Amino acid sequence: MWNFFLLILIYTGIYALMALGQNIITGYGGMLSLTQAGFFAIGSYATAILATRYGWSFWATLPAAALFSAFFGLLIGLPTLRLKGDYLAIATLGFGEIVRNVLNNWDSLTNGPMGIQKIPMITIFGFVVNPYKKYAFLVVLSLAVLVAYLLFQRLARSRMGRALAAVREDEIAAQSMGINITKYKVYAFILGASVAGVAGSFQAAFTLSVSPGTYTFMVSVMVLCMVVLGGMGNFKASILGAFIIQLISYLPQLTGLTAVIPPQFKQILFGLILVIMMIWRPQGLLGREQITYRKKGGKR
Amino acid sequence: MGIAEFFQHLMNGLTLGGIYALIALGYTMVYGILKFINFAHGDVLMAGAFIGLFVFDWLRGSAPLGAWTIISFFLAMIVSMGLSALLGVFIERVAYRPLRQATRLAPLLSAIGVSFILSNGAAWAFGTRSRKFNYPFDNTPITIAQVVITPHQILILVVSLVMMIALRLFVNRTRMGKAMRATSLDQPTAMLMGINVDRVISLTFAIGSALAAVGGILIALDFKVYASMGTMTGLKAFVAAVVGGIGNISGAMFGGILLGLLETFGVAIFGIPTGLKDTIAFGVLILILLIRPEGLFGKVEKEKV
Amino acid sequence: MTLLETLDLTRAYGGVVAVNKVNFSVEEGLITGLIGPNGAGKTTLFNNITGLDVPTHGRVIFAGRDITGSPAHKICRMGIARTFQNIRLFKDLTVVENVMIGRHFKTGKSETKGRFLNAFNSYIRLHQEEEEIYERACEWLEFFDMEGMKDELAKNLPYGKQRELEIARALATDPKLLFLDEPAAGMNPQETDHLMTIIRKIRDLDITVVLIEHDMKLVMSICDTITVLNYGQKLAEGTPYEIRRNQDVIEAYLGKEE
Repeated sequence: MWNFFLLILIYTGIYALMALGQNIITGYGGMLSLTQAGFFAIGSYATAILATRYGWSFWATLPAAALFSAFFGLLIGLPTLRLKGDYLAIATLGFGEIVRNVLNNWDSLTNGPMGIQKIPMITIFGFVVNPYKKYAFLVVLSLAVLVAYLLFQRLARSRMGRALAAVREDEIAAQSMGINITKYKVYAFILGASVAGVAGSFQAAFTLSVSPGTYTFMVSVMVLCMVVLGGMGNFKASILGAFIIQLISYLPQLTGLTAVIPPQFKQILFGLILVIMMIWRPQGLLGREQITYRKKGGKR
Repeated sequence: MGIAEFFQHLMNGLTLGGIYALIALGYTMVYGILKFINFAHGDVLMAGAFIGLFVFDWLRGSAPLGAWTIISFFLAMIVSMGLSALLGVFIERVAYRPLRQATRLAPLLSAIGVSFILSNGAAWAFGTRSRKFNYPFDNTPITIAQVVITPHQILILVVSLVMMIALRLFVNRTRMGKAMRATSLDQPTAMLMGINVDRVISLTFAIGSALAAVGGILIALDFKVYASMGTMTGLKAFVAAVVGGIGNISGAMFGGILLGLLETFGVAIFGIPTGLKDTIAFGVLILILLIRPEGLFGKVEKEKV
Repeated sequence: MTLLETLDLTRAYGGVVAVNKVNFSVEEGLITGLIGPNGAGKTTLFNNITGLDVPTHGRVIFAGRDITGSPAHKICRMGIARTFQNIRLFKDLTVVENVMIGRHFKTGKSETKGRFLNAFNSYIRLHQEEEEIYERACEWLEFFDMEGMKDELAKNLPYGKQRELEIARALATDPKLLFLDEPAAGMNPQETDHLMTIIRKIRDLDITVVLIEHDMKLVMSICDTITVLNYGQKLAEGTPYEIRRNQDVIEAYLGKEE
């Protein structure tokens, strides 16, 4: 049971990374993108292929995964970001599906539907982080989440974060105040993509295998749910949301009711969460983060 | 490509396109009035297919192919249209209406949620294996001048044509149709002119959903009925609506047929494997969004500063 | 000195010519009014100058530089700021945050070059930079006597204060030229008087002001020079005294005496 709970924590960590990215794109940038599954996949496969085929260590594949995802983030972002919200959602959804299709069909690179197995475990100076003994993995993952959180939180508090919020609120006014809206939207996209790529790396290092079937539209929706549930524009909330959604995901196993609760249970619940949160509490459980400012000398 | 082959593909493309058109109409009408893409529309077509299947099987019993099966088929279609219309109205009332004043993201997220609830709810209730919708008639193909047509295709062509003409007449010749057009052009003014906008919106959803149900049943005859059938087809119908110019009814009809033709001829001419057939629609979508996002018949909506 | 001028500026939308060969010039240090009946093309002219729209023909010269067709964010950084006819505040941001946006590009050595590296710099020197931006923003709020409501959400402000906040935000960009699009719309006489004082104070800061307005009392009392547009063309140009007596202008507004 405890072991199972650790599993939930690990998946919370992996998804929290994606949720942090989604928060930047949707919570701060106001763009409805359903891309995280696609970037998640790219990150996972980057690590898988580089590690198994070229013998890279996990720590080398991590930045590679982030860079690959960032690159595709740029590729997708540039043409689609001038689309209005509704169209952007569909276009990004399409991207995720295209990625999955490609991974499924490009046998020579990705081994097709069977995926890639026997991915080597993470090692830190000789110490093997064995995902079966979850503690060490959890520690490493938590550090990654912490780092991502701190980096993003600082960004949100800077003038760049504020500019992104301005772009979200009113693009025309933002431009007229000197903000290059295209740049900001693309940067947000790239950041969200990179961190999803990192999440993918960790996923590969945890399950020690990758296959296209994991990276479905469901993943993107789950991540979106996490951000919506927690609160758009609040990074702590994204992590909280990740935890709650993972808890729901594994509720049947946790409570031992797998025979009773149907497999679609969690998906229906996620759908309900989206609808209910929008109607009842659109700011999420924790609401948007309010920043307090200080003048020189510490006065407010 | 020989003449016969060309007409063959044309036939196939038109029938496929007819279905896309029927479903695209729902997307486009809702967008025209609410400026909102109803993500869950595809799942309504799935619901329509299931309802149609159940009613048909129930009415038909074990009767052999003949007059009664055909009658029960159409009865089932009508019942499905009605119930799907109610479903559409219900969804609008519960999941979208409360969000009319909210940020533009809110109804989109809600729609994604509804879509999830519908498709997974259906999977829960009816299982994930697909069910067969038996033909109510003998579907042996007929050959006319080297072109092979099935009665199914004729059915699709006739039904979609009838529905589209009916819709055009309704929108252009009736008072309610005029109210719909007015509301989509300028909602506040429509309200001031005494139009009950809520009712118009409900009617829009009802009609769109009924048409989707028809589309769903027509596809179901060809493929099968399964819980996730709405997603892909819905997405493609959406592409069709965008190509035609979202918000434009003629555009949706044209876009649907065009997409059907593109898919059919795409596979035929470029030899795109059936596995990647779906990517044709995505490719078209990306192309149109890059080149002419307002669609072929759409108006450029410039934001007034 | 002529700070800004348009040369035969034309903006056509298909068959409709919204702005037709307009030669509009703005003298530095003066308050210029831009008036004309509704639909005359005033806001379109603004949009084409400030980069939200691209002219079909003609040029826009600002401080000796051809800025025709430049994007809005670049034009802002060159020193032109504006407000909007329909108030475009960042509604879910606080009052002070709105003004802080105006200071966005005012960091680092250059406002136009090396911005990406500048962003890194901002990220590292976060606190220091934020304090500076915050203080400058508060100063502008004091100018409008709005410092007390700085942590209010912009959407919660009363209408008149929202208009002022928009002006504060525009001023925070340290413009040389400020375009105000119907700043007095919806204001009562007291608010309009207050606005006049503010505009004069802005002029005293050596900022050139151009305003689109329908409130004739405001226009006539505060503007040094007025340009009149009608049907997309420049109808007249001159001092308030001259414009008041111009037959064509009177006809445009009141119609011809039969």
